[in-house]
Amino acid sequence: MSAQDAAKLSFTIDGKEVKAEPGQTILQAAALAGIYIPHLCAMKGLSPWGSCRVCTVLVNGKPQAACTMPVAEGMIVENDTAELKDLRSSIVEMLFVEGNHFCMFCEKSGNCELQAMGYRLGMLQPRHDYMFPTRQVDASHPDVMLDHNRCILCARCIRASKELDGKNVFQFIHRGAHKRIGVDAAGGAGGTNLAVTDKAAEACPVGCIVKKRVGFAVPIGQRLYDTKPIGSHIEAGRAAKE
Amino acid sequence: MTDNASVSRQVCGNFGNDKGRLMDILIGVQAQAGCIAPEALDEIAKSLSMNRVEVESAATFYAFFSDKMRGRFVIRLCNDVIDQLQGADRVAAAFRAELGIEFGQTTADGLFSLAYTPCIGMSDQAPAVLINDRVVTKVSTDMVREIVQTLRTGKSLEHLKLTLGDGNNSHPLVRAMVNNNLRERGAVVFAPYTPGVALQRALSEQPVEIIKIIKASRLRGRGGAGFPTGMKWEFTRAAPGERKFVVCNADEGEPGTFKDRVILTEAPGLVFEGMTIAGYAVGASEGIVYLRGEYAYLLAYLEDVLAKRRAAGLLGRDILGKAGFKFDIRIQLGAGAYVCGEETALLSSCEGKAGNPKTRPPFPAQKGYLDMPTVINNVETHCAAARIVENGPSWFASMGTKASSGTKVFSVSGDCAQPGVYEIPFGITVQELLARVGATDTIAVQVGGASGRMIGPSEFGRQFCFDQLATGGSVMVFGKGRDPLAIAHGFMDFFVEESCGYCTPCRVGTRLLRERLGRFLEGRAEAADLDYLEKTSKVVKNASRCGLGQTAPNPILSTLQSFRSEYERCIKKNGTVFLPSFDPGKAVAVAAGIAGRASEHFGTKKGGVKA
Amino acid sequence: MANKPKVATCSLAGCFGCHMSLLDIDDRILKLVELVEFDRSPINDIKRIEGRCAIGIIEGGCCTEDNVHVLEHFREHCDVLVSTGDCATMGGIPALRNTIPLRECLEEAYLKGPSVYNPSGRLPGDPEIPLMLDKVYPCHEVVKIDYHLPGCPPSADAIWETLVALLSGKPLSLPYGLIKYD
Repeated sequence: MSAQDAAKLSFTIDGKEVKAEPGQTILQAAALAGIYIPHLCAMKGLSPWGSCRVCTVLVNGKPQAACTMPVAEGMIVENDTAELKDLRSSIVEMLFVEGNHFCMFCEKSGNCELQAMGYRLGMLQPRHDYMFPTRQVDASHPDVMLDHNRCILCARCIRASKELDGKNVFQFIHRGAHKRIGVDAAGGAGGTNLAVTDKAAEACPVGCIVKKRVGFAVPIGQRLYDTKPIGSHIEAGRAAKE
Repeated sequence: MTDNASVSRQVCGNFGNDKGRLMDILIGVQAQAGCIAPEALDEIAKSLSMNRVEVESAATFYAFFSDKMRGRFVIRLCNDVIDQLQGADRVAAAFRAELGIEFGQTTADGLFSLAYTPCIGMSDQAPAVLINDRVVTKVSTDMVREIVQTLRTGKSLEHLKLTLGDGNNSHPLVRAMVNNNLRERGAVVFAPYTPGVALQRALSEQPVEIIKIIKASRLRGRGGAGFPTGMKWEFTRAAPGERKFVVCNADEGEPGTFKDRVILTEAPGLVFEGMTIAGYAVGASEGIVYLRGEYAYLLAYLEDVLAKRRAAGLLGRDILGKAGFKFDIRIQLGAGAYVCGEETALLSSCEGKAGNPKTRPPFPAQKGYLDMPTVINNVETHCAAARIVENGPSWFASMGTKASSGTKVFSVSGDCAQPGVYEIPFGITVQELLARVGATDTIAVQVGGASGRMIGPSEFGRQFCFDQLATGGSVMVFGKGRDPLAIAHGFMDFFVEESCGYCTPCRVGTRLLRERLGRFLEGRAEAADLDYLEKTSKVVKNASRCGLGQTAPNPILSTLQSFRSEYERCIKKNGTVFLPSFDPGKAVAVAAGIAGRASEHFGTKKGGVKA
Repeated sequence: MANKPKVATCSLAGCFGCHMSLLDIDDRILKLVELVEFDRSPINDIKRIEGRCAIGIIEGGCCTEDNVHVLEHFREHCDVLVSTGDCATMGGIPALRNTIPLRECLEEAYLKGPSVYNPSGRLPGDPEIPLMLDKVYPCHEVVKIDYHLPGCPPSADAIWETLVALLSGKPLSLPYGLIKYD
């Protein structure tokens, strides 16, 4: 055992021993160990957020978000269980019925993480009833479009703008059922300093923030999740190289 | 709207253009300009060197802020479950008729706005309204007419002739119509209080000794969760940080809870004394009282109590002559958000942000207000801590039960002869309490507010204490003829309204649960809906991020447990048929109106066929 | 031949694309007609279910009272109902109107739209036209649905796999790549 290995702490996920550095989250340690814990709001390079709750695991029997929960020596994590799969499916289905997700004409289809999560969890139809909310489309920016119908309020754009772009283009406004992404200008995204090259323009897991004039460059059927489930690269042990 | 901009500039200046005081700035702009208009957002952002969207984030989070001009008199009718049972609907109808507007609207003359608001902490004198920051209790339809006429002609709140309440409610700085309804004084919170005695005793000990004393008393948090107070203080003391804070959670928003209102009215000195002792124990020199916006009528009075304590050497530098010990307290007003009673959301709000809960861990004891170690305790807990230091831990631990020492201040409302505040040692049974408050023919008791549990008569023999029936104080009594499912639905309305929306299960799940529960009340429920309620409730409970979401399904889960037959009765009416998720008759109504003919298929029948 | 199970299909508020996808099973359709007999279907133009059916394939969601009526009729006469395609499973393209009140939709379409020519100034109300529902509802919110097959349209393979599984009484489990929402 090397000195570095000795410094690591150890815990288990579904009975499998996982080594981790102090300060890592369960989600990060799991990914490096080749274990995929389904997640949507968590994104490599961004600070943990914990809003989608898809990554809910049991830590010593208690539900916790794997993306915000720091690892601890000896903790017992349950991830791949029928109960948790059902809980995650229910949450993903909540996201589907809460917004207006029309995959059939969405540019993100095939690359969409929400859709991919539905595929991975085997969702054929949500158990919840559709809400069909009235939401806005903001096309005021010359290069980027915001379609709030598809937003899942994961805050990846908020964090990417702040943490990676050094800007503050996005922030949540309102609360509860009315919560939505606000932009740093009265008249829409066009009035902000958002640039098409910003990481924030790429952080969206769904088709809410999409770039203009580059749609459908990759045909439907040849996209990221068309043939392989989301999480495959982690399960193939490629998380570190990501 | 230059006015809005110049008001904003001036208010920002008053707070030293400190973005940490954004809450106070927004409260100031709303009060002075009547709204927080888009221009105000621009101006505040400029003055505080913030991004506009960050200001908008906070300005749009709280119910008391509005981007549209509100009337000079904003009338907020409390529509919580208790108020509804005691005639809030009649009062609402009277206001609508008198003002000629709907709720959510403002009169054309710009004088009145009408709004609903969740529990304002007056369940013992319901129905109640807030007019700006003035409280009017036991509102009748006759009073509505009088209020509107007086304000319409007088155009000033000063013209409202309100009968002042008892105790300090008639203090010149309070002058509120509120009554304490303090029915039983116990040995801890409402016993006679002499300023400085507990503090003097505390300062004669080492800080670590104070923590030992609190631990020995087995004091647990009075807000409802019951975390051992001594441990909280110990963690905060041990945590590294340049500054440390003591926060008092006076955001008493849990429906049916109003004991903090009475404590702050009758024993504010004791609260501040407890905070000061906590400051000494954990090594903090700054304290914040987070006072819910609904209790703004107490603000001037509380500020006066603080000023007097400063003058008496009980706050400030070298307190009571103890060289080097300094501590002072500021009051942070809230602006209408139940979630801010959740301790980390409260901290976000104190920092001037939208009241979203923070990620835990780290806990406030490690990283709280401004990421510094912070003790947060309930109003009543601070009082108890001061008394424990004054009278000793064994004195305190001799009251109550083994796991729940001391007294508890209960807020009792609903169907009983003497609603009000009762300070009673832990361990009293529901039955005993019901007898004391004059409740007869009780069919259900809601313990711990909307986030608590509804119990039926079979559980009335149980004790109020942390290991049986835990409550932050709220006890709502429901008598014969009340419908447990309708009450649960009222609570779900509350959670839908008050969810911060940060996490999926709470933001979406609360709405789904309310809708599904509604089907039972409308006679559209099928057997599978019971299963749906149970499973979805568990998802919301297990997967939500903070205490609000984790307890939001409790109205359903506890009625499923205690009043299952009520659910089954609703299903029985429909047999085992599959029912549409909607009412087809209603769904064709608009089209039928346009076409001028009745539906071919759904004229009278409700739709639905055998599965 | 008399013992062959019957299959009925219909398109409610849909575009018949799912039916086209059914036809896309190509030569496997010969095998299908060996296995089943078609009752009501646009394929044979039978307008109303004639006998008890083993399988009902529903394309489209419920946009009008007539859609609801037909769907209920299918439910009553089919052992198993398969909600086929995004319109049936989530409302689909017709459900785009769900975020707009019905009256506003109709006024835009028949009165206020920039290209509208409607001298009568009236919204259509002919008794021949079924009344519209306030929203487009997915089929499972109207009647009990046994199987869901999303996709716009679901691929021929997905439809084929589903039919084979149902007809052979085997559990339906679509491999990754056949569950699609687009």
